[in-house]
Amino acid sequence: MDGKFHIQDLNVYWGGNLLLKKVSLKIPSCQILGVIGPAGSGKTTFLRSLNRMNELEPGFKMEGRVLLDGEDIYGPGYDAVTLRKKVGMVFALPVALPMSIYENIVYGPRLTGIRNHDRLDELVEQSLQAAFMWNEVKDRLDLSGLRLSGGQQQRLCLARVLAMEPEVILLDEPCSGLDPISTAKIEQALTELKKRYTVVLVTNNTKQAARIADQTAFFLMGELIEIGPTDRIFTAPAQKQTDDYITGRFG
Amino acid sequence: MRIRPRYTQWLAVTILGGATVLTLAVLVFIIVFVLEKGLPVVNFRFLFTNAEDMGRAGGIFTTLIGTIVLPLLAIIVAAPLGISTAVYLTEYTVETRATKIIRFGTDCLAGIPSIIFGLFGFIFFVTTLGLGWSILSGGLTLAVMILPTIIRTTEEAVKAVPKSYRQVSFSLGATRWQTVKRVILPNALPGILTGIMLGVGRSIGETAAVIFTAGSSLRMPSSIFDSTRTMAVHFYILAREGISSENAYGTAATLIIAVLAINLTAYWMMGRFIAKRS
Repeated sequence: MDGKFHIQDLNVYWGGNLLLKKVSLKIPSCQILGVIGPAGSGKTTFLRSLNRMNELEPGFKMEGRVLLDGEDIYGPGYDAVTLRKKVGMVFALPVALPMSIYENIVYGPRLTGIRNHDRLDELVEQSLQAAFMWNEVKDRLDLSGLRLSGGQQQRLCLARVLAMEPEVILLDEPCSGLDPISTAKIEQALTELKKRYTVVLVTNNTKQAARIADQTAFFLMGELIEIGPTDRIFTAPAQKQTDDYITGRFG
Repeated sequence: MRIRPRYTQWLAVTILGGATVLTLAVLVFIIVFVLEKGLPVVNFRFLFTNAEDMGRAGGIFTTLIGTIVLPLLAIIVAAPLGISTAVYLTEYTVETRATKIIRFGTDCLAGIPSIIFGLFGFIFFVTTLGLGWSILSGGLTLAVMILPTIIRTTEEAVKAVPKSYRQVSFSLGATRWQTVKRVILPNALPGILTGIMLGVGRSIGETAAVIFTAGSSLRMPSSIFDSTRTMAVHFYILAREGISSENAYGTAATLIIAVLAINLTAYWMMGRFIAKRS
């Protein structure tokens, strides 16, 4: 399998605390990597080091290398803005920007300088289709994004990321506040999307990882305990801690 | 002895409500008093003819112009400077000792009596820079005076924009400036406008800083290098020197109506803006 991301000996510090210890792994392209682990295990920190969102917080420090298609994204001359256009992110809490559904989705494309209205319309329809919400909102694209329900807002966030036509999609517990039906729609969308995108899905819900992830990585206390094909992780984990976590003995 | 919650509740409503009624009563009394004494004088002629005989007769047209031009100049100078400073402090710098000192400094400046600004304006703009008693000197002095207010209100408005909006914007590949322009400023705009309105209000009602810097000429100014008199100064001079109490109250009534109209317009604009986005 060819790796989209190669992470080598990644240490992340925040305010003097070591949040990630010597994490090394490969993220295969066009698959879903599920990242599981209890709260405070470094899952989110790991995710945010893939699009350099960590460095927006003061007190952040990192060591090691994160290669995207063989290029070090923390290397000198690698521009964080360019990176984030390739590596999109959906946050735990759905955040619609206070503008219309349409404007939310074209936010990213407009930043890159796309002005052509037909092109923008096309992007809006494509992205909403892919996020399984085109039929719900196609007649009210002028509606403020804030008026949508939580589940719809989260799919709007997904559509907004898709409209940037990224290569990688990072999702940070995207379904933590959603009802089962919205969750199912997001999962359905992700299963479709992995054909074209590399997906990294951080989730607190181990069953979600079992359902849709191709590979699963288990983090504990800032360390990567184990990574492997999802089937194997959930049936025959190599580490005792992994077994304890997925069978619900802690976490 | 413990008072029963029912009575404390009654007491609280009475005291809080009483304070509100008292505040409103004072305000209404002042406005009604001034309007009652002033409105009979105010008519089209009063507003649009020049003062005669030091203001004993005639209207207030030139002071009306002065009242529009001075605050306008102050806002044109202070708003871009203040908003830029506030955005820079909140978005482009991390909170350090230096930013805290700057913040403390602006808070102190906002509390300085306006006559000090007047004196500064007189020494710096009128004398040192040689601008003389002029609209320019007065406008710049007012700008310096309202700058701290604009900076602080803008800062608060910018800080009140949810952090998650910034995160989303950055994660979509926006630069800091793109985030400021497309997300932060539009969302902070109602707060920023409030700051600007406070500045307008302060400069419209200002007398001390204006007399020292713009002078009190009743002639129609032909450029920003001419001296002028604002309505507030006109009222002060008419009342203090006992020239005409009728015309003084007429000026005051016009001033109150003008401030009311400006505020209503601003609220109406803000309301429309917010309704459009939510």
